[in-house]
Amino acid sequence: MMKHRYLPMTEQDQNEMLQTIGADSIGQLFADIPESVRYTGKLPMSEALDEDALLRHMSSLSNQNADFDRYTCFLGAGIYDHHIPVVINHIISRSEFYTAYTPYQPEISQGELQAIFEFQSYICELTGMAVANASMYDGATALAEAAALAGGATKRRQIIISRTVHPEAREIVKTSAHGLNMKIIEIGHSNGVTDLSELEAAMSEDTAAVLIQSPNFLGCIEDVRSIEPVVHAKGGLLVMSVNPLSLGLLESPGQLGADVAVGDAQPLGIPAALGGPTCGFFAVSEPLMRRMPGRIVGQTVDRDGKRGFVLTLQTREQHIRREKATSNICSNQALLALCASVYMSVMGKTGIQEAALLNLRKAHYAADSIRASTGGAMTLPFFSSFYNEFAVKLSDGTDVKALNARLLQAGFLGGYDLGDAYPELKGHILIAVTERRTKDEIDRFVLELEACLS
Amino acid sequence: MKPEKALIFELSKPGRIAYSLPECDVPDVEPSELIPSHLLRSKTAEFPEVYEVDVIRHYTELSRRNFGIDNGFYPLGSCTMKYNPKINEDVARFSGFAKIHPYQPEESIQGALELLYTLQNDLAALTGMDQVTLQPAAGAHGEWTGLMLIRAYHESRGEQRTKVIVPDSSHGTNPASATTAGFATITIPSNERGMVDLDALRAAVGADTAALMLTNPSTLGLFEEQIVEIAEIIHEAGGLLYYDGANSNAIMGIARPGDMGFDVVHLNLHKTMSTPHGGGGPGAGPVGVKNKLIPFLPRPVVCKQADGTFAWDFDRPQSIGRVKAFYGNFGILVRAYAYIRTYGPEGLRRVSECAVLNANYMMNRLAPYYEVAYPGVCKHEFVLSGKKLKAFGLRTLDVAKRLLDFGYHPPTIYFPLNVEECIMIEPTETESKETLDAFIDAMIQIIEEAEHDPDLVRNAPYTTVVKRLDEATAARKPVLNCNCG
Repeated sequence: MMKHRYLPMTEQDQNEMLQTIGADSIGQLFADIPESVRYTGKLPMSEALDEDALLRHMSSLSNQNADFDRYTCFLGAGIYDHHIPVVINHIISRSEFYTAYTPYQPEISQGELQAIFEFQSYICELTGMAVANASMYDGATALAEAAALAGGATKRRQIIISRTVHPEAREIVKTSAHGLNMKIIEIGHSNGVTDLSELEAAMSEDTAAVLIQSPNFLGCIEDVRSIEPVVHAKGGLLVMSVNPLSLGLLESPGQLGADVAVGDAQPLGIPAALGGPTCGFFAVSEPLMRRMPGRIVGQTVDRDGKRGFVLTLQTREQHIRREKATSNICSNQALLALCASVYMSVMGKTGIQEAALLNLRKAHYAADSIRASTGGAMTLPFFSSFYNEFAVKLSDGTDVKALNARLLQAGFLGGYDLGDAYPELKGHILIAVTERRTKDEIDRFVLELEACLS
Repeated sequence: MKPEKALIFELSKPGRIAYSLPECDVPDVEPSELIPSHLLRSKTAEFPEVYEVDVIRHYTELSRRNFGIDNGFYPLGSCTMKYNPKINEDVARFSGFAKIHPYQPEESIQGALELLYTLQNDLAALTGMDQVTLQPAAGAHGEWTGLMLIRAYHESRGEQRTKVIVPDSSHGTNPASATTAGFATITIPSNERGMVDLDALRAAVGADTAALMLTNPSTLGLFEEQIVEIAEIIHEAGGLLYYDGANSNAIMGIARPGDMGFDVVHLNLHKTMSTPHGGGGPGAGPVGVKNKLIPFLPRPVVCKQADGTFAWDFDRPQSIGRVKAFYGNFGILVRAYAYIRTYGPEGLRRVSECAVLNANYMMNRLAPYYEVAYPGVCKHEFVLSGKKLKAFGLRTLDVAKRLLDFGYHPPTIYFPLNVEECIMIEPTETESKETLDAFIDAMIQIIEEAEHDPDLVRNAPYTTVVKRLDEATAARKPVLNCNCG
């Protein structure tokens, strides 16, 4: 009989248990599976490895990847190389957290429930919104859920989305809108931000929501104060996707009049990990509370009057409402929400501002260095203000893929090729500079760019 | 009485910090010189000011008020709470997996791409499907993705099929996913044996049937013995068969959805493939399809090129588009791959055999004390009814709460909806006979307590950090954040 370190079943156990059941063999327990659909061979899949061999195999796969420890990262475009405080991994490695299921039994899940309640509190405080949920899969799917919420709340069918929103998020919103039979209109950009006159022209009585991102995908900060009245004048909802760390510095969506604020919490202490798992957050103004997707934790008291926390407003959710639920989401990204919470606890009131400020200053130093670089091969195409990311126009005919291959040789993960998602920005790259980049790294990167382009 | 636990916000003392940021080595430009003042933050986010020891003690204390698989037996039905191997946690944290960017050049992430490619093929082999996408982030996300694929398939054939059929024992996510994919749901009753009622199914199918969503084994822990007939009925009507993989732990290497006639399958890697639930997520919900649906899979798909290198394939004109940013929950996929390699195909088959033996053993030992909803053999889980508790003025909920005092996580209760006072138990394969026996003894003791001292059960739990909580007030007067700022 097969022995395995995760399987306690001994031959004696098996015999005793079969005897209790009154079966002769394990095979008898599968007698209900029709003969014609039973699988009798050996599955053609990867073979088992012992523990040491598995560690070696995984190391070998891991070592084939150019990671941030060995390469200096100037890639952003939604995933950033921020410092992750060391305490975070210690806390999320406590197996009371990571081996627990959704907190369905509140008496033995107060730790998780309180952690989520604190996460909701942090997100409300950061975004300036009234209510936040327990998390979504990522920022992009959170945006798609916001569009769905807007359709339900306004009974309108049209979603306007700025082309300065992350291209992958726009793709997901489109996929999702097709499912919900909603119509998507895209609005162009001008000087790196949403074209306001195009937006005004596109607004109609059927506009459920306008979806914008700030800082947007091109790095620029949207002038939300001009956009907000245009959206609300037609009775649409304003949905803002935001970088949470930038809110240490930038005005909150709540103060800017957003009805829904979403985003990805990856900058808040979550590893890049090829883009996932991260954690979407979702916050709304008070009137939209009962339309929120996903889990929500509320404060209450126990029989002795002691404070406690429970999953609440569950009549919105799929396990109660089934086809009438506000969303189909069930599992979310709770452990990453915990990462983000611990990050915000570590940074505290002053750290979140200082971190955002460092990002701002380093990125502007890099942009200034590129602007001042010799040879004229690089220019900054937009003059809108930006946070920690900006676009660079390369000299005509530059092959961005070849440039990034050369930068990789020199130890850099170079910029995002904007031509991939924006045909009109062919030959432009997007460069992100976080607080982890030193002046020396930035100087060397700019010199390398110059050398590659000369 | 144990004291209340403070919120992190309540520990704040101005002047304390828990962070360490680099000195600014570039010019100290003021934000107001770079950004218009009306776009700068006007009101500071009132985060707590604590130091590192506060942070560690706070979250350590919270963890002590939580219960995971490592704390004890967790027989939560339909959730497959098996042991979460530690090696999976270690390897997922390797720099080459945790510190890589989704937009790096393909040549700089060949190890990651090889892992994804191999996992795709392994999952296809396990389910008997032709191709797999790893993008969906969770089971419900996989369901929605699968239904969007089905919709695209029908649309490509010029057919408008608007209805999705689900049995009454299905997960709530099934009808919810159908709605978000733009379908109307038809719910059909189960027959007296807990199986799909074929007459009801025949009456429900028609030219508007897009798909039947089926969990097999079902949420009642029963294998649909008429699966071949079910597949014929759906396929003859021009519909497709969708497999909800929440319960795959019963059939690995024993029966494959692809061989049963299913056209689309999702798996919950956070169930069958042992990746941790994380207190509610993250999961991963890969979707496998038969050949005819491959053109519609989400972009991109990992492919192996003629020269043996791996690449993203974006050139898929009929794709439904993206369903998730980047490439899915990669860190979870790494863990699932490591899990597959700790067992291999024969090991996975043994996993399912042990899971099913454990469930049948528990069901048989508990049968004299609690009514078994559908007698016979079960698969990885089984369903009891607690309706005889009513005679003592008690409910299933009371048994669940009393189990907390014995140090167990209770089973799933009140689901599936078609069994009165439902108790759904899934032991998994990683629990020993001694653990199962001790739990069974506790269940027997509780039914005896219910008979002789119902108040003891009614007022449970006694040993937890809080007693039963007022959920009605929480929903009626929601307090959803601490407004500490």
